Amino acid sequence: MDKLLPRLGAYRLKDLIKAIRGCKTAADERAVIAKESAYLRTSFKEENVDIRHQNVAKLLYIHMLGYSAHFGQIECLKLVASPRFADKRLGYLGIMLLLDENQEVLTLVTNSLKNDMNSQPFIVGLALCTLGNISSAEMARDLSGEVERLLASSNTYIRKKAALCALRVVRKVPDLLENFVSRAKSLLNERNHGVLLTGVTLLTEMCKMSNEVLVDLRTHSVATLVRHLKNLVTAGFSPEHDVNGITDPFVQVKILRLMRILGKGDAEASEAMNDVLAQVATNTEASKNVGNAILYEAVLTIMDIESESSLRVLAINILGRFLSNRDNNIRYVALTTLTKTSQNTTTDASALQRHRATILECLRDSDISIRRRALDLSFFLINAQNIRILTRELLSFLEVCEGDVKNSVAIRICDFAGRYRPNKRWEVDTVCRVLRVAGAFVDQTVVNHFIKLVTTSPPELQQYAVRKLYNTVKNEGEKALTQEGLLQVTVWCVGEFGDVLVSGTSGLLGGDEEEIAQTGGLADTHNQYQTAPTEQDVLDMIADMLKGPYATELVKEYTMTTLVKLTSRFTQDSTLSQIRGLLTKYKVNVQLELQQRSVEFEQLLSLDRESRTALLERMPVLESAAKEEAKKGMGVPTTETAPVAAGQQQNLVADLGGDLLGLSVGGGAAPAKAQNDDLYNLVFGGGAPAAKAAAPASNNILDLLGDIGLGGPAPATKAMPPSGQSFYAPSAGNQNDLLGDLFGGGAPAMSPQAPPLSTQPSAAAIDPLGDLFGSGGFGGGSAAPAAAAKSYVAYEKNGFRVTLSAKRDGNAIDVTADMKNNGMSPLSDVAVQVAVPRSLQITMHPQSSNMIAPGASASQRMRIENPTKVAVRLRLKVVYNIGGQQQIEDIVEFSQFDQSLWS
Amino acid sequence: MTVKFMLLVSRQGKIRLTKWFTSDWTVKEKAKTVKDVSQTVLSRKTKMCNVLEYKDFKVVYRRYASLFFIAGTDLDDNELLTLEIIHRYVEVLDKWFLNVCELDIIFNYQQAYMIIDELLIGGELQESSKRSVINTLKRMEEVS
Repeated sequence: MDKLLPRLGAYRLKDLIKAIRGCKTAADERAVIAKESAYLRTSFKEENVDIRHQNVAKLLYIHMLGYSAHFGQIECLKLVASPRFADKRLGYLGIMLLLDENQEVLTLVTNSLKNDMNSQPFIVGLALCTLGNISSAEMARDLSGEVERLLASSNTYIRKKAALCALRVVRKVPDLLENFVSRAKSLLNERNHGVLLTGVTLLTEMCKMSNEVLVDLRTHSVATLVRHLKNLVTAGFSPEHDVNGITDPFVQVKILRLMRILGKGDAEASEAMNDVLAQVATNTEASKNVGNAILYEAVLTIMDIESESSLRVLAINILGRFLSNRDNNIRYVALTTLTKTSQNTTTDASALQRHRATILECLRDSDISIRRRALDLSFFLINAQNIRILTRELLSFLEVCEGDVKNSVAIRICDFAGRYRPNKRWEVDTVCRVLRVAGAFVDQTVVNHFIKLVTTSPPELQQYAVRKLYNTVKNEGEKALTQEGLLQVTVWCVGEFGDVLVSGTSGLLGGDEEEIAQTGGLADTHNQYQTAPTEQDVLDMIADMLKGPYATELVKEYTMTTLVKLTSRFTQDSTLSQIRGLLTKYKVNVQLELQQRSVEFEQLLSLDRESRTALLERMPVLESAAKEEAKKGMGVPTTETAPVAAGQQQNLVADLGGDLLGLSVGGGAAPAKAQNDDLYNLVFGGGAPAAKAAAPASNNILDLLGDIGLGGPAPATKAMPPSGQSFYAPSAGNQNDLLGDLFGGGAPAMSPQAPPLSTQPSAAAIDPLGDLFGSGGFGGGSAAPAAAAKSYVAYEKNGFRVTLSAKRDGNAIDVTADMKNNGMSPLSDVAVQVAVPRSLQITMHPQSSNMIAPGASASQRMRIENPTKVAVRLRLKVVYNIGGQQQIEDIVEFSQFDQSLWS
Repeated sequence: MTVKFMLLVSRQGKIRLTKWFTSDWTVKEKAKTVKDVSQTVLSRKTKMCNVLEYKDFKVVYRRYASLFFIAGTDLDDNELLTLEIIHRYVEVLDKWFLNVCELDIIFNYQQAYMIIDELLIGGELQESSKRSVINTLKRMEEVS
C-alpha cells in the first residue's frame, strides 16, 4: 500500500517532504508539487473528513516552499469547525498562513473564533492567538467584547494571550481603547510574569495612543512599575526566569520602555524613577548580550526622561563602554544611540568628543551597518575646533564608500565645511577635494555650492580657486576627467575667471594647507597647483577635453559658454580664431542644445570687442549665495534654519578668541550680550574705544562684517566698518549675526560707510557691507521679524516634520514651512504643496532644497493674500522619498492658525 | 510593534519557516522581503554585527548551526533583546525536539509554528518563562 500511494500522487506528509527533498533540480521539484497540488484539489472536492488533516498539512508545506495554496483556505475553515483539538490547531495554523486581512474569507473565521473563545482553555488560546496575529479592523470590532471578557479570566494562560489580543484590537480600532483601560491597568498588579509582561506591553501601546491613559498612569502607576523593576533587579537567582544570571530581562526591558514614556517631560515621575534607574545601570552584569540589552534600554530611558545629571553621565559612560566593546552588535547599538541622543542636543558634547577616535575608526569597519551609523554620528561630532581633522577623515571615507551614499556624504561635507570653516580658502580647498574624489557621483547641489562660494570670494581667492582647478584637471589627467562634477566647476570657473587664471606669474595665496601638511611641506605643491598657464595652454586643455571621451553633454554645454566668455577675457589675437574654430565644430552637432549654442555664440563673436565684452561680463553674485555666505563659518546651517546647540555656539566663541590672534577667524554667534561685547572688543583689538549703542539686552542684532584683504595695502574701493564703531541695531528679534572673515595683514584703507548709530529703526537690520570688493552686495543680512512668528506643527510622520510659522502683514500672511528630517535616512524629492480656498490667494516661493539629510531641514516660504479676512484653511500635499526607497505622499488639512492673523 | 516577521533560512538559502505578524502586507511584498532579506543576511560575514537596516525596518538575525533565524523589527526596537527572543525560541525548540536539528524543523514544521505561537502573539513576547512554555506544549500534546 505504501508503495502504491505515491504512484497515485497520494503521499503522506513525511513522504511528500522526502520526495521534495529528493528532487535533484528545481524542475523536478515543480513537477512533484504540481502533481501533489492536483491531487489535493481533487481530494478536497471529495470532502473526505479522515484525510483532511493530512491534506491540509501537505498543502501548508507546499505553501511554505512558496507555491500557490490559496485553494485550501476553505479546507482550513472546515478543519477549524472540527471538534478535535489537533484539527483545530492545524486549521488555525492554515488560516494564519494562508489568509491575510484583505481576504473576504476572513469574515467567515469570525464566527469560529467566537465559538472557540467559549471553549476549553487550549482552544480559547488557539482562537486568541489567531485573532492576535491576523485580526482585521472588522474582526477586532466584532470580537472586542470576547477579548474584554477573557482579559478578566482566572486562567493566566488565557489572560496573557487576551492582553496581546487587546493590543491588536486597539491598534486596529482605536475607538475601543477606553473599554480596555481599567482591565489593562489591573494587569500591572500581576505576579505571573507572562501576564505582567503582556500587560506592560499593552499599556505602553495605550500610552502612545491616548494622552488620557498616559496622564493616568503617570500619576498612579509609576510607583508600581518602580517596585516591579526593583524586585527584578535585586531578586536572587530564580530558575524560572533566569537568563544568564539576570532575572527576566524581557519584563525589565518592557518596564524600562514604559517608564521612558511616562517620565518624558515630567519631572515628578522622572524623580521617582531616578533611584531604580541608577540601580539598573550600575548593577546589571554587562558581560553577556542580555545584560547589555537591559543597559541599552536603561540608557535610552535615562536620556529621554528628566533624569539627574549624574545619571546622564552614567548613561553616557555606559555608551562609551559599549563603543569600545569588541562585539559588533554592541558597537552598532552604541552608535545608533549616540546619534539619537545627539539629535536631542541635550547631551554633553564633550562626552561625545571623547569617543571621536573610536567613532572615526568605525568609519573604516568592514561592516556596512556599522559604517552607516558611524557616518551619521561623525557629522554630529563636527565643531569649529575639529572641522579640519574630521573633514580629512570624512574625505577619506568619501573616497572609499559605496557609490550610492557618496552624493549625500559629499553634500553634507560641503554643508559642514561652510558652517564651520576656519577660513574661506579652506572651504574652497575642501569642496575642491570633494569634487576630486567624488565628482562623478555628486549632483548639482555640490556644484552649485562651489560656484556660489567662488562668486562670493575676494579676487585673490577666485584666482587661487581657478588655478587650482585648472591645474588639477591638467595634472591629474584621466583621474580628474572622469569626475564630472569637477569638470563642470573647472570649465565654469575657467570661463568666468579666465583673465586672472592667465595673468601674473604666481598666485597671491600659498598652496593648499592640507596638502602641504600631508606632503610634509614640500614647496612644489604650491607651484604645481598655482602656476599660471598661458592662454594657449588653457585652450589646448579645453580642446583636449572636448575631444576625449569624458566630456558629457552638460560639460560640453558649459564649455561652449566658457569659450565664448574667454574671448573677452583673453587678450592674444590668435586665441579668437582658435575659439571660433572650436565653437563652429558644433554647428552640425546632433544635440540641439550644442548646435544652438554654437550658432548663437558665433554671432556673438562677430560683434566688436567692446560690445562683446559688455555682453560677457562676469556673473553678478546670486542673492541667495550672498545670504548664505553671510551666515557661513558661524556653525549654523547656511541654507536652513535649524537651531544649533548652545554648546556648539559657545565652543565657537571660545575658538574665536583664540584664533583671532592668528591670521584667520571664523564667525561666531554669541548667545549672550556679555559675550557680544567681548567679541566686539576682540575683533577690533584693544585700545579702540567701543562706542556701544544702548541695545536691549536680549534683542540686538549684531551684524559685523570685516573682510580685510590679505597682503599689501587693500584697494581703496574696499570698505570695512570703521574701527571703534559698532553696528547695533536694536530690534525685536533676537538674532546675533556676526561675521568676521579676516585675512589679517597690513592696515587697510578705511572708508567708513558711516551708518547711523542707534537710530536704526527697529525691525530693519543693517548691512554694513554695501559692496565689498565690488563683487556684488551681501544681501540683506539678517532681518528680524517685527513680531515673533507663531509656529504650528502641520505634519509629522516617518520622522519628517513640517512646521508652519505665520506672521501677519496687513491683509496678507507670510508663512514659512520648515521641513525637518528627524529620521535616519535622507529624504529626497521633498515637496510641500499648499492649496487654499478660493477666497484666498497664495504665492509660493521656491523651496530651499528638495533633499534633506538626516537631522537637517529645508524651508519654503509662501504668502497668502487674505483680502476678505476669512479664516485661513490650508490643504498640504506632502511628498517625499525616504532613502530613495519609499515614496510617500500625504495630504493633510491645516486650520490651526491663530485668529489674530486675519481678524 | 516588536517583531514584524520571523524567517528561518538554511545556509543554502532554503526557506524553512516564515511567520508574519503584519497581516496588511500583500503576498508579493512578503515574497520580495523574504528574498531580499535572506540574500543580504546570507551574504554577510560571521564577524559582522547581527543587525541590518532594510527599508523601514530592522533585520536582526543569528545563525545557529546551518540555520539562520531572522527577525524583522521596528526601527526603535531593542536589537539586543530581539536577539534574546530569537535565542529563547531556539532554546525552546531544542528542549522540545531534544537537540534540535534542521531536519526536525523540516519534518515537524507544524510544531515549529506551534512553539512560535506559544512565544509570540502579534509580534510581542507573551511568556518569559521557558519552563512554562514547555509545560504548556506538553499538556497540549496530551490533549490532542
